[in-house]
Amino acid sequence: MNPIEVAGVWKFYGDFPALRDISFAAEAGACLALLGRNGAGKTTLLRIMAGLSRPARGNVSVCGAQARDLAARCSIGVLGHGVSLYDELSAFENLRLFARIYGLSEPARTAMEWLERTGLDRVKDGLVREFSRGMRQRLAVARAFLHDPAVLLLDEPFTALDDRAIALLQTLLRDALAEGRTIVISTHQLREALELATHVALLVRGRLAHAGERTTQMLEDTGWLYRQYGESQPGSAFNRHG
Amino acid sequence: MAIPAVRGIAAGKRVQPPRLSFLRQSLTIASKDLRSELRTKEALNSSLAFSLVILLLFSFAFEPTEEQTRQISGGLLWLVFAFAGALILNRSFARELANDCLDALVAAPISGAALFFGKTLANLALLLAVELISLPVFGIFYNVRWSEQIWPLMLVVLLGTWGLTVIGTMFSALTVDLRLRELMLPMLVYPIMIPVLLAAVQLTTPLVMGQPLTPELAPWLRLLAAYDVIFTALAFGLAETVLVR
Amino acid sequence: MRQKLMIVLTLIAAALLARNLYVMLLQLPDEALQGAIYRIIFFHVPAAWTALLCATAAGAGSILYLTSKKISYDGFAASVTEVGLAFGAINLVTGMIWGRIIWGIWWTWDPRLTSMLVGWLIYAGYLMLRSAIEDPTKRANMAAVVSIFAFADVPIIFFSIKWWRTQHPQPVVWGGGQMDPAMKSVLFLNWIPLLLLAAVFIMIRMNQERSERQIDALRRYAHAF
Repeated sequence: MNPIEVAGVWKFYGDFPALRDISFAAEAGACLALLGRNGAGKTTLLRIMAGLSRPARGNVSVCGAQARDLAARCSIGVLGHGVSLYDELSAFENLRLFARIYGLSEPARTAMEWLERTGLDRVKDGLVREFSRGMRQRLAVARAFLHDPAVLLLDEPFTALDDRAIALLQTLLRDALAEGRTIVISTHQLREALELATHVALLVRGRLAHAGERTTQMLEDTGWLYRQYGESQPGSAFNRHG
Repeated sequence: MAIPAVRGIAAGKRVQPPRLSFLRQSLTIASKDLRSELRTKEALNSSLAFSLVILLLFSFAFEPTEEQTRQISGGLLWLVFAFAGALILNRSFARELANDCLDALVAAPISGAALFFGKTLANLALLLAVELISLPVFGIFYNVRWSEQIWPLMLVVLLGTWGLTVIGTMFSALTVDLRLRELMLPMLVYPIMIPVLLAAVQLTTPLVMGQPLTPELAPWLRLLAAYDVIFTALAFGLAETVLVR
Repeated sequence: MRQKLMIVLTLIAAALLARNLYVMLLQLPDEALQGAIYRIIFFHVPAAWTALLCATAAGAGSILYLTSKKISYDGFAASVTEVGLAFGAINLVTGMIWGRIIWGIWWTWDPRLTSMLVGWLIYAGYLMLRSAIEDPTKRANMAAVVSIFAFADVPIIFFSIKWWRTQHPQPVVWGGGQMDPAMKSVLFLNWIPLLLLAAVFIMIRMNQERSERQIDALRRYAHAF
């Protein structure tokens, strides 16, 4: 049983298919880079895998449970576009809240541990709304990791991160992969993601155009995969970013 | 910066940490909402200020003598509660929009019903606070002694406020990402709340005037209870549908 | 095929209406107490029945949508609600006209009319919500929830307002008294053409909803390329 199994997933907006018959599986210790233009369906697919959205057809199973089941959600850590932190709560309160929600046995202690690990222990009582962007991002990473998820889903995590946060995230992700966790990163920033990735999947207009191992060619020529499928590389002069 | 090694996370072996009970899940959400609201007091203050302003405006609009006020007391109070409540209810799910917090909550192992229940409890506490401050203010402005039947009155306030809060929280979730949310929420919610408001008013006026709950008022009390039960059940059942898009 | 059905239904409705109007205006005598205007009841009451039926159908359609996720049920619910609103409006306006002529007052807080007004506002809110959501699937989900809440509220509204008004009796639209059997039969007979017309309007509206969905999908295709 693979940690992530996606089978025959379709998602519609009315009559328009945003995702068409997506099927793939990810093994433990795999890092899947999910590529595609804006509007190709990356965020839609990630949201379905995170249990935020229901597919019209097909199903997603995470660690053996259906994506929306409570058992699956315990095993998933999500890092989306927003940091998902409460501005009016302190760093410590935010982490403790999520530790409680995930049913951890010692929420306060886990929260403190992660504050130390991300270098935020000295501002633990500071309200998030007073944090700099880099501090928020580090706290968001802590939030995503603190319940030891077996599966991590990251939607464009490297976008607008400062160097310190990028380094932190890459270290954490490498350690996570070494421990056998499974990661899916949807991204435009090909270089950082492809360095980490063991596998690559390309979504073109809602269809899975390519899914397989990451090759060194992809790493050396980051636009190669896109050109294979007739897509212009995201981030080129004529594509709006984000 | 390494993550501490955790047993059992390898090759798809499933880790099952203990999960919170429904009640604990709801209380965690409720306390989170209350904590963050009490820190800023935005919704609370604006709701209180609004209720005081309305109480004042009514006295200018109607030039009440004491007897007149007692006869419209139920209507006046519940209009104040409904309008002031809208400010609190609107904020309820809207506070999750900033920073995409709602996604994190929906992705967490909390059932939609528990998330909804927690928020409803927090809103209930906030709205009750506003109401319990407005009552004495009403008594002072209008020179009305309202506490003769205080315990039945508190029961009616509780049941009525629960009805308002359940509907308001549900529709707050429904309209959370709409453009005209602040306009749409009251327009959708007030017609649906009419039975609650009606029953609460019919019960509150005699209670404020010092009359005890007579058997002929019993149907209104039953209506309040039935409304609360029916819509709470509906809301719990449909919470997942609304939250998982 | 559908179009032929719609035309046939419309013709039957027209024929029945013509026949009923003839009976109403020429054969039935004036009512003892209310004079000529009482004839408005033959539209006022069946319109209310039709509106209530539409609310029930909308609730059923919404439940069917949520259980099956077939978006055509959502189109059905929206169409039925719109048509129900139209018949509700007919009920309200005819009631107000009647009240004005018989008692000289436009609005008497008659319990049934008041309930119809509140229900009308709720379902108008439903349509307003629909117009505020772009994504058809999300719109269907949210609208279905509102429709179910609305339908659950309808009986509660009716009873609460009825109790409220019994404490302050006011002139009631067609208050009490038995109806002459000849008039009763015309009442029910006039419901049939109204139902047929409602069915035709619903079918037209559902076709529109389907076309709108197709246009929306085409637009999304175009943007994706």
